[in-house]
Amino acid sequence: MTAKTLYDKLWDSHVVRQDENGTALLYIDRQLIHEVTSPQAFEGLRLAGRKPWRVSANKATADHNVPTTGLENGISDPIARLQVETLDKNCKEFEIEEFGMGDIRQGIVHVVGPEQGITLPGMTVVCGDSHTSTHGAFAALAQGIGTSEVEHALATQCLLQKKSKNMLVEVNGSLPIGVSAKDLALAIIGKIGTAGGTGCAIEFAGEAISGLSVEGRMTLCNMAIEAGARSGLVAVDEKTIDYFNGRPFAPSGDNWELATQAWGNLHSDKGAVFDKHVILNASEIKPQVTWGTSPEMVVSINESIPDPDQETNPVKQEGMLSALKYMDLAKNTLISEIRIDKVFIGSCTNSRIEDLRVAANIVKGETVAKSVKLALVVPGSGLVKSQAEKEGLDKIFIKSGFEWRDPGCSMCLAMNADRLESGERCASTSNRNFEGRQGNGGRTHLVSPAMAAAAAVAGHFIDITDFYK
Amino acid sequence: MKPLTEINGLVMPLDRSNVDTDAIIPKQFLKSIKRTGFGPNLFDEWRYLDVGEPGMDNSNRPINTEFVLNQPRYQGAKILLTRENFGCGSSREHAPWALEDFGFRVIIGPSFADIFFNNCFKNGILPIVLDAENVEKLFSEVNENEGYKLKVDLPNQAIKKPNGENINFTVDMFRKQCLVEGLDDIGITLKYMDEIKQFEENRRKNNPWL
Repeated sequence: MTAKTLYDKLWDSHVVRQDENGTALLYIDRQLIHEVTSPQAFEGLRLAGRKPWRVSANKATADHNVPTTGLENGISDPIARLQVETLDKNCKEFEIEEFGMGDIRQGIVHVVGPEQGITLPGMTVVCGDSHTSTHGAFAALAQGIGTSEVEHALATQCLLQKKSKNMLVEVNGSLPIGVSAKDLALAIIGKIGTAGGTGCAIEFAGEAISGLSVEGRMTLCNMAIEAGARSGLVAVDEKTIDYFNGRPFAPSGDNWELATQAWGNLHSDKGAVFDKHVILNASEIKPQVTWGTSPEMVVSINESIPDPDQETNPVKQEGMLSALKYMDLAKNTLISEIRIDKVFIGSCTNSRIEDLRVAANIVKGETVAKSVKLALVVPGSGLVKSQAEKEGLDKIFIKSGFEWRDPGCSMCLAMNADRLESGERCASTSNRNFEGRQGNGGRTHLVSPAMAAAAAVAGHFIDITDFYK
Repeated sequence: MKPLTEINGLVMPLDRSNVDTDAIIPKQFLKSIKRTGFGPNLFDEWRYLDVGEPGMDNSNRPINTEFVLNQPRYQGAKILLTRENFGCGSSREHAPWALEDFGFRVIIGPSFADIFFNNCFKNGILPIVLDAENVEKLFSEVNENEGYKLKVDLPNQAIKKPNGENINFTVDMFRKQCLVEGLDDIGITLKYMDEIKQFEENRRKNNPWL
């Protein structure tokens, strides 16, 4: 038998049929639904008189628009409120299970899915959100889709697509203390570029990946889309299986035994062939900070902002100049000299319990710098929030001057009230530093939770690895 | 879906790489529960000088005259010419909805982000990937010739230039057929309903925990 990659195995086990052109009907085990990209899909179903193919395959939660403070007052923005109410109404009408506002299980869809065991290894998972790649951390073929495909998956339990290419990102060695999965993700994007994985499913493998916790692997796969890949993947190991044991929607009893046995095969076979192969050495990676308006515009904390004059590609050079102008930064400035106005710890990239523990450990006994106007911690779900409160993390953050909020996407994309004002500069644990992403005219620097916490205290970026020395 | 066979139209050059979906349609407009009406907010942050919000009367807003979309010579453009990795970022289908609503039916560039590329075909927009050399040539020809038009012939997979020169392009056969005939994907898939049911039954039998 030919050696298969993990992606080959996931793909092959879900192909219902394939035409001579290579266009396949791919069976979808699970669809996660949120309020922003679903209303038009449900409306499409209604207009065509269609019903969901398999109701139980779909689970929903509201995350993008939900306020992170004053939940008892509901959503004050009437347009956002209508969108969340529309999700509630649609879920009721089509009998889809929803973790709505006020449910402790509500939260960012990519935190909630695995947390509940709704996402499981070996599944195909889709969601109308590009960061669906997150779920690949559990060897699930997870992809972000547009609204037409949300409707298509609802109506047919399938997607029409062609197979992607196989790409392997092999990370050897181990990450230095204080260097996290986020830094690794940014370093990879810095190396291969934001289109480096376009047309591919990226499998992350190697000693450093085995060494990551499952939450770290989620952070890494979450950022696969920022490298252009619709899906990121990590093979199943003991950590993956332990993670799902006892989760509400995970199998139990005999089914658990059967499932774990099958999951053990979810890895690339020895000798499997990849179309692209990139190798990194984890021990050389330092904490990363983005300086521009694309995640590939990234350097290590001990470096300076690059000089566009040194760039030979004119289109790239123009992009750098335009980014520096937007970011109001000068070439050759040391990253550690960049002062920040706001700090955001949260998003589907970095809002899980381990992220909050790391950040709390750094700010414990310290105070947010006076020059920092706002430092926010937004847990990824009601359950993450509750766990953090059990551990007393909320008190540590509040005592240091952080605001402790309710779960949601919040300032990652600023669809709710949490945002940057024009000209404000933010150390953010989110995933995109695009122009205006965190608010019109806002300036985003992507970092790890540890780096964001340290920047909150110092008022500027500092090398967090010094903290652990 | 609106069928697309031949598009003969003005070309607007957007000389930037990595144009992301946040730039194509900013997040505040994603609160709409409709799939129409996004055109006036296409490239909102580059196009207007103030901060756009849903429900605003866009005709009264101050315009950034430097942005290419506002230049008189490109009014009525149906074809967008751009650089690498167009449409990167989020999966929001509001991006192709905004482009289509504004009037763009064809986007030409050296590369596109996967999800955006896919979303275009679902909305009657044809994204065409051309090699860097042809894209570069098109940029200079558009810049040098006011009123520069291209004729995009999808059935024959050809772009006809004003000087009579032809550029051929490739497109997935299935996607081409859907665009040319304006086919509904769901309708096509449901023709295989029995096969899906059979697959589903086997899958559940072999994976009883699902």
